[in-house]
Amino acid sequence: MSGLRPVPDTDHQVITIDSNDDVVRARQLVRGLAQRCKLSLVDQTKLVTAASELARNTLVYGGGGVMRLGLVQRDGRTGVTAVFEDSGPGIPDVDQAMTDGWTSGGGLGLGLSGARRLVDDFTLETEVGSGTQIAVTKWAR
Amino acid sequence: MAEQAISTRLVELLTARNETLASAWVEAVSRTLRGRISVAELDRELHELYTGLSAGLREGAFDWQGEAFGEVRALLTELSRSRARQGFTPTETATSVLALKDVLAPTADTPAQDIHAYLQLSKLVDALALFTLEVYAKTREEIISAQAEQLMELSTPVVKLWDGVVAVPLVGTLDSARTQVVMEKLLQALVDINADQAIIDITGVPAVDTEVAQHLLKTVVAARLMGAECIISGIRPQIAQTIVALGIQFGDIVTKASLADALKHALRNSSADLPVNGGQA
Amino acid sequence: MTERVPVLKIGDVLLVSIQVDLEDQIVLDLQEDLASRIVDSGARGVVIDITAVEIVDSFVGRMLATTAAISRMLDAETVVVGMRPAVAITLVELGLSLGGVRTALTLEKGLNLLARPGIDRPAQR
Repeated sequence: MSGLRPVPDTDHQVITIDSNDDVVRARQLVRGLAQRCKLSLVDQTKLVTAASELARNTLVYGGGGVMRLGLVQRDGRTGVTAVFEDSGPGIPDVDQAMTDGWTSGGGLGLGLSGARRLVDDFTLETEVGSGTQIAVTKWAR
Repeated sequence: MAEQAISTRLVELLTARNETLASAWVEAVSRTLRGRISVAELDRELHELYTGLSAGLREGAFDWQGEAFGEVRALLTELSRSRARQGFTPTETATSVLALKDVLAPTADTPAQDIHAYLQLSKLVDALALFTLEVYAKTREEIISAQAEQLMELSTPVVKLWDGVVAVPLVGTLDSARTQVVMEKLLQALVDINADQAIIDITGVPAVDTEVAQHLLKTVVAARLMGAECIISGIRPQIAQTIVALGIQFGDIVTKASLADALKHALRNSSADLPVNGGQA
Repeated sequence: MTERVPVLKIGDVLLVSIQVDLEDQIVLDLQEDLASRIVDSGARGVVIDITAVEIVDSFVGRMLATTAAISRMLDAETVVVGMRPAVAITLVELGLSLGGVRTALTLEKGLNLLARPGIDRPAQR
């Protein structure tokens, strides 16, 4: 995997995602930061929902991993960034995975395309056999 | 002459004739403001500043950004905000501070060392005036930003037309940002007013592009998810053509030519109490 | 032991009011509980109140759709009530379909919906 890892500027937190409780915790932490960043209620909801999808993916598809969370600054605006990393199987066909309605195995869609629509910035890096890293950012208006 | 010595000298000068000087300052400023602020208020304002300034000079020499001048900065911030909100110009605001220089200006009789002290004071007053202007500019920006938001609010009113029926008459060009605001307001109104039917009237909208049409569609779907139905009314022939040409499917969303027709439809629905289906195609 | 969401019976309708942050296990337990309660009680309707729910992701969404499908098979209709505007907006953006689950604005409207005689099976659009 390339070393291109987005790093938050401030309020950096890292949690492991190895259980359902961690997914709940991930949601709570993201919500907390989104509120601190003064995101609108709708934007908060979108970001937390996207984080929930991605955290769940990390757990179920990636076999567990971590979420890095923090604030970023750009052009005088503040945003919340969450990065989900796992050392799982990776995604063999990204285009297919990003197409609406694609599911893998037990009927659980990866929800990637949906998550992408909920956030402002979305980057995905994956390598079969190595793992996946997805970074999302939502900016305060 | 050392800085502290200069500032001490200034404090002496300021204190010795403080009543005369402060009053002269008030008079000079009130002349420029042409009676838009009461003399009593100006008097209080500038006297406080005068006292604060003397105190600052005594404790902190010319370091206007330091702790000793905290009181002065606070007073200037208050003054500046107040001027900005009352619509005074930047010049009028700065003059309130700069006028102090004229009041203390040296004359032919002023001894050389006092002229030196005056020059230092002048620099200080200039710095404070600039500070005042910064706060003024910031306040103006905040006001404009709040007004823009208010305008956005006012131009998207959600009205209750009947029990269980709300309407959003949209007027003017719709852009992505505005349409999103409309969507959020409408959905919130459904909850607040307990309405399960909403009429989105676009009679006053001259043109609709793909993005706007998509947003309207999303609004309808979101309302359905919540358990409410939307009717879109006021679709003019040109807009209908545009929507068809863009290939946007309105599916089974009810559309009516006029707000009146839409209301008729909504009232019929509500008395018949038809079941509302949720979910998405 | 994770909390279970309480299921109440009002007449011949089961009412579930979800107050907690929905963890996966709670969601799965709920599905199970509802199915057995419907059979045990002979209920003809289920109302799931999500007024207090701030986040509905694809997992929860699927639970709602699955619960409705299971209920239907057990001859009971499901109505989901009280969805928050922010949740609705997010679900639309997520592209999530609730698979034809009936929805109503409030608990009252939901109960009225179920009380109506001979309500149609929801048309799958």
